[in-house]
Amino acid sequence: MSVLVDKNTRVLVQGLGKAGRFHMGQMVQYGTQVVGGVAPGKGGTVVDGVPAFDSVAEAVKATGADASVIYVPAAGCLDSILEADAAGIRLAVVITEGIPANDMVQAFAALRGRGSSMRIIGPNCPGIITPGECKIGIMPGYIHRPGPVGVVSRSGTLTYEAVWQLSERGIGQSTCIGIGGDPLIGTNHIDALRLFENDPKTEAIIMIGEIGGTAEEQAAEFIRKEVRKPVVGFIAGQTAPPGKRMGHAGAIISGGSGKAADKIEALERAGVAVARNPADMAATLVKLLKA
Amino acid sequence: MKIHEYQAKAILKASGVPVLESRVVTSAAAAAEAYRELASPVAVVKAQIHAGGRGKGGGVKLVRSAEEAQAAAMGMIGKPLITYQTGPQGQKVKTILVEQGCAIERELYAGMALDRGTRLPMLMVCKDGGVEIEEIAHKHPERILKEAVDPMLGLLPHQGRRLAKELGLPAAQWDKATKFFQALARIYFEKDLSLAEINPLVVTKAGDLLALDAKMNFDSNALYRHPDVVALRDLDEEDPSEVAGQEAGISYISLDGNIGCLVNGAGLAMATMDIIKLCGGEPANFLDVGGGASKDQVACAFRLILADPKVKGILINIFGGILRCTTLADGIVAAVRETGLNIPLVVRLEGTEVEQGRQILKDSGLPITTAATMSEAAEKIVKAIQGR
Repeated sequence: MSVLVDKNTRVLVQGLGKAGRFHMGQMVQYGTQVVGGVAPGKGGTVVDGVPAFDSVAEAVKATGADASVIYVPAAGCLDSILEADAAGIRLAVVITEGIPANDMVQAFAALRGRGSSMRIIGPNCPGIITPGECKIGIMPGYIHRPGPVGVVSRSGTLTYEAVWQLSERGIGQSTCIGIGGDPLIGTNHIDALRLFENDPKTEAIIMIGEIGGTAEEQAAEFIRKEVRKPVVGFIAGQTAPPGKRMGHAGAIISGGSGKAADKIEALERAGVAVARNPADMAATLVKLLKA
Repeated sequence: MKIHEYQAKAILKASGVPVLESRVVTSAAAAAEAYRELASPVAVVKAQIHAGGRGKGGGVKLVRSAEEAQAAAMGMIGKPLITYQTGPQGQKVKTILVEQGCAIERELYAGMALDRGTRLPMLMVCKDGGVEIEEIAHKHPERILKEAVDPMLGLLPHQGRRLAKELGLPAAQWDKATKFFQALARIYFEKDLSLAEINPLVVTKAGDLLALDAKMNFDSNALYRHPDVVALRDLDEEDPSEVAGQEAGISYISLDGNIGCLVNGAGLAMATMDIIKLCGGEPANFLDVGGGASKDQVACAFRLILADPKVKGILINIFGGILRCTTLADGIVAAVRETGLNIPLVVRLEGTEVEQGRQILKDSGLPITTAATMSEAAEKIVKAIQGR
């Protein structure tokens, strides 16, 4: 068991540009069941050994795909997300960075209007991986190993850092979810925590947040009420000055909300072991499990 | 991206939101002339800078004659205006808005911003106009009234009426207020704003609603479809090295410390700043070279850091995913060969093609210190700059 994706997940790749093709190859190499690629006009051809289709609907019909990873350029993502939903995709992982916020407002409003049950991960995220079974996204596969720790994070490379610290200590991961750094995302910390809490194979959780918004405070409240498994936290941006946007559009502290100190305090009050030093994420978990 | 008040007011006016008659000037003489043209006994001379807090900083003056308008403008143009948002060095004033005065009955607040929870923009209004809305949000959140705005429908009339009524406006003004709010919401979507604020929104003694001040921030991810908005950008209001970074596709923000950082990924970049501080150092910048950076981008990032005279040492922390360690190493070696290096450089590499990347750095013969973990890297750079 794991959450959202496993060896049976059948994955489509939407967008076969340079990035899409490179990462499709990496996913195939990792052992992910990549059953098709979608690129209008390329239907009927084979791209890097994977059959291509003109539309998501045609690809789903031919392959039975249930998940899709989106690499299309930012301006086309609103369309691609809604196309995936219309074709019955269950899980859409949106890797693309730089999607206009209003496009995501429209996407979510349209999905709500349709009564859609498609789950979105991202946008602006590294994707999701169940080590040894299924990698959907851009994370380097080799740093992961199968095991009992669920990892959820807003940041890409910082997630790799946490995973690497775990794997170096011989601790594997059940599933790692990069939820993305944008202000509007499909799957949030709470959704991921709920999935991990209900997953029998996940024994502990690492949650990595960052400054901006109040998602971590809300996650803390959820942990206090509903999570029984041990949780380690880290908040990036403890030293960031207020009002400046730190790369991620979501990572801006304005008007006293979104501060690292508030998030750390909320998490600690909920019983989360918060690592102050990003180099100590796995060590904090080890200590917590021994205690 | 931010714009000036006078630019935001032009956008409001074009969309039917009432603003006062005004003139934009760049000299004291023109300010006097503007006063005469406006033919209003009382006018307001307002310094145009992006930062807030202009009133308290002396950048907003009431004037009652052309001479007073000229003197007020003279006191602002070409001089730095210091507010709580500009930092101690202030921001140089180039442009002045001379605006008619008006008889104010009430000052209200109206704003629009994205709510992450509902995934919809919210139109917010408040009876307490003219004050810091963040402060009210913190101390009296119940005083802020909100309506979620559907992107397809816009703000509906009943939503506008509800806000108008709860603001305590008389029924005769509900229609005017609703039209005002609807126009603001329409601009938010049409121009891809990330924030719109009318603070204060005034009700005049004559019963009209006016935008007395206006602030607009634009979603930088959507600028590609708004060339008219891009044309409003004032680069003098922005940090030149941050602008240079943006042009190269790098996010760079200068800070006050002396350890330059080059990192891939925003989260890891923030964590690297944090660990430097934990080790007793101070980061000189935030720098995310991006997920799929090229050798040239890495070299550009390196030059940006070296261009900062405060920098006494550099820490490079890379966890290669899409960005291969070999690309990074090639970029660093090229940049160092080009610009020279007379300060300590500590590099921590991990991830895709790490062994080859480390080898490139080693074979270069350059004085680069390597580290296996991020804490080791932070400790080494903090130690290396001590006493420098």
